[in-house]
Amino acid sequence: MGFSKDQLLSQLQELEIDYSKYEHPPVLTVEEQAKYVSSSEGALSKNLFFKDKKHRYYIISAVVDTKVDIKVLSQRLGLGKGGIRMAPEEALAELLQVSLGCVTPFAVVNESARDVSLLLDQKFKNQTRFIFHPLSNDVSISLSTSGLDKFLQSIGRDPVYVDLEANANPVVGKDQPPDLAVYVPSNSVVVPELPNKTPSAQAPPKNVSAEKTKPVASPKPSKSTGNVKSVVQNSGLSVFKNPDKFVEEILDKTSALLLSEVKGENVEALAETLRKRLTSEFTHLAVMYKNIAYSEGFYAGTQCQPKRQTIIVKTE
Amino acid sequence: MEVDKKEEIASDSSEQVVNPWEVSAKDGGKIDYDKLIDQFGCQRLDESLIDRVERLTSRQPHVFLRRGVFFAHRDFDLVLDAYERGDKFYLYTGRGPSSEALHLGHLIPFMFTKYLQEAFKVPLVIQLTDDEKCMWKNLSVEESQRLARENAKDIIACGFDVTKTFIFSDFDYVGGAFYKNMVKVAKCVTLNKAMGIFGFSGEDHIGKLSFPPVQDPYFRMTRDVAPRLGYSKPALIESTFFPALQASGENGKMSASDPNSAIYVTDTAKDIKNKINRYAFSGGQDSIEKHREIGANLEVDIPVKYLSFFLEDDAELEHIKKEYGEGRMLTGEVKKRLTEVLTGMVERHRMARAAVTEEMVDAFMAVRPLPNMFE
Repeated sequence: MGFSKDQLLSQLQELEIDYSKYEHPPVLTVEEQAKYVSSSEGALSKNLFFKDKKHRYYIISAVVDTKVDIKVLSQRLGLGKGGIRMAPEEALAELLQVSLGCVTPFAVVNESARDVSLLLDQKFKNQTRFIFHPLSNDVSISLSTSGLDKFLQSIGRDPVYVDLEANANPVVGKDQPPDLAVYVPSNSVVVPELPNKTPSAQAPPKNVSAEKTKPVASPKPSKSTGNVKSVVQNSGLSVFKNPDKFVEEILDKTSALLLSEVKGENVEALAETLRKRLTSEFTHLAVMYKNIAYSEGFYAGTQCQPKRQTIIVKTE
Repeated sequence: MEVDKKEEIASDSSEQVVNPWEVSAKDGGKIDYDKLIDQFGCQRLDESLIDRVERLTSRQPHVFLRRGVFFAHRDFDLVLDAYERGDKFYLYTGRGPSSEALHLGHLIPFMFTKYLQEAFKVPLVIQLTDDEKCMWKNLSVEESQRLARENAKDIIACGFDVTKTFIFSDFDYVGGAFYKNMVKVAKCVTLNKAMGIFGFSGEDHIGKLSFPPVQDPYFRMTRDVAPRLGYSKPALIESTFFPALQASGENGKMSASDPNSAIYVTDTAKDIKNKINRYAFSGGQDSIEKHREIGANLEVDIPVKYLSFFLEDDAELEHIKKEYGEGRMLTGEVKKRLTEVLTGMVERHRMARAAVTEEMVDAFMAVRPLPNMFE
């Protein structure tokens, strides 16, 4: 099923990532962990697993003394003030495949966690080494930021570092898009309830499904409020390379403008407005698309192998 | 046809002073552009010419034309005549890549040139004078070449079509046919003439002779020389300078050395908001009561000036000018709208810039056939 701690450690070794290992009795809290692993080995981390109302999950991994304010985080993610809460235990087991007290950035190595957003404390970058559980809470390992980054990149994840204490009073509005909204996962995950557990009063009724996870492409709230830009940044180059992303971008922007401009006026005027407002932006988009295609072709041309020549020898 | 941004007068003029280092109007009033035009012997890019452009290109003229940013020309009407006949022309513009940080003022000629390329469907040549900057700014050869490539990325991000655009750096390209032309031109210009037009002295090193700092006389000289070599005269379009955030008073032009005088393409939304709110010179009155009574001084107000460059919607701009000028709109609102507009621009530029790969720069700068350059 999930990655085991031994599998993870041997993976780290294979990637030639340097780490130090400390074994101890199972610990459930940072205070306990601190008894067995001194801070001279590295900075202790606290790891939190959150869930939002649309069944999207987040791991926040921070230096122990960083203040993580859930309300602020929720606002910065564009989810409103009470948008996130601690994820239930089932999710820990289903998605991260770890036990209580064992949340760790390494959990994203599991396929089941592919839609979980991982946010790392900017302050990690100041320390030389920091300490995590390698998928099991009877072991701690210390490693450097570059080691963690290398590991994340090896499983296809871009390490994301965020200043968790910045923007302590976020004002989110039309001109100030939530600064962390770009890290909201694009897919939500449905975690089936464990058979003998009574659903907690807080959790909204979940769909009980036979499948383990059912990714649902939820309509991104950011788009209709005109916050298209931050979402596009996330997909970066792909808008200019993939026809379907290109078309999606165009349709997203058009519908956003349509929805914001429609005021019951006549359709012709609306169409005219759309055309006027979007023409230059879309032309720009299309030119970049063309340029990318051309450049890739050009580059391929420079690398082209010459066709094998057939040498015809005439005999007299 | 060349697109040139700077506008100079020989500094013996008594009233207004316009040169690469200083821009000031008479008694803190408006720059008199008609006087500039007379003094330089170029022509006004007037309403009729703009209408003609609209007719010939079947699209709305660029906002810079509508608002008089590009206001003077030499022989642009002849270019339009040629275009109407079906003759071909190409565009030339350039940049001296002296710093990595590009601000909005730098982008203006490129934005306009991109419009010309799209509207007239003509090819474009962009020259990056890395050798010039190497000599004038005392940069190493490698550094100026690196800056040239970095600047090329920002230029490409403005949206030029790779099938119709050739970008070259002097260090990489000068040689062959290009050099032969350079020598031919150089033969037509005596040392005395160069020193006379450009004001060189015995102290300047000889490298500087090829790259005079004062642009317009240089182009006029080119126009003078071209027929002697059997070429047609290049036509020019010239623009007004783009004011610094703090504008008026001492120095009117944006300066790459003062980061608060300009909005850079690398500025974040927060930076832009900050710079506009704190540094943009306001024409509003000191108190709200006084402002509501008298209205804003639109002549010196920087946010309105910037909006006239970058706010596409003519009706909205007119509305803002009216409301602000008559005291019903406050500076804060105008600044807010400007921040929105500029943030949008810078964001789009950044996104496009992120898509420019090294391969793309190589493609733009490769000496290659452009079979569809007039399509």
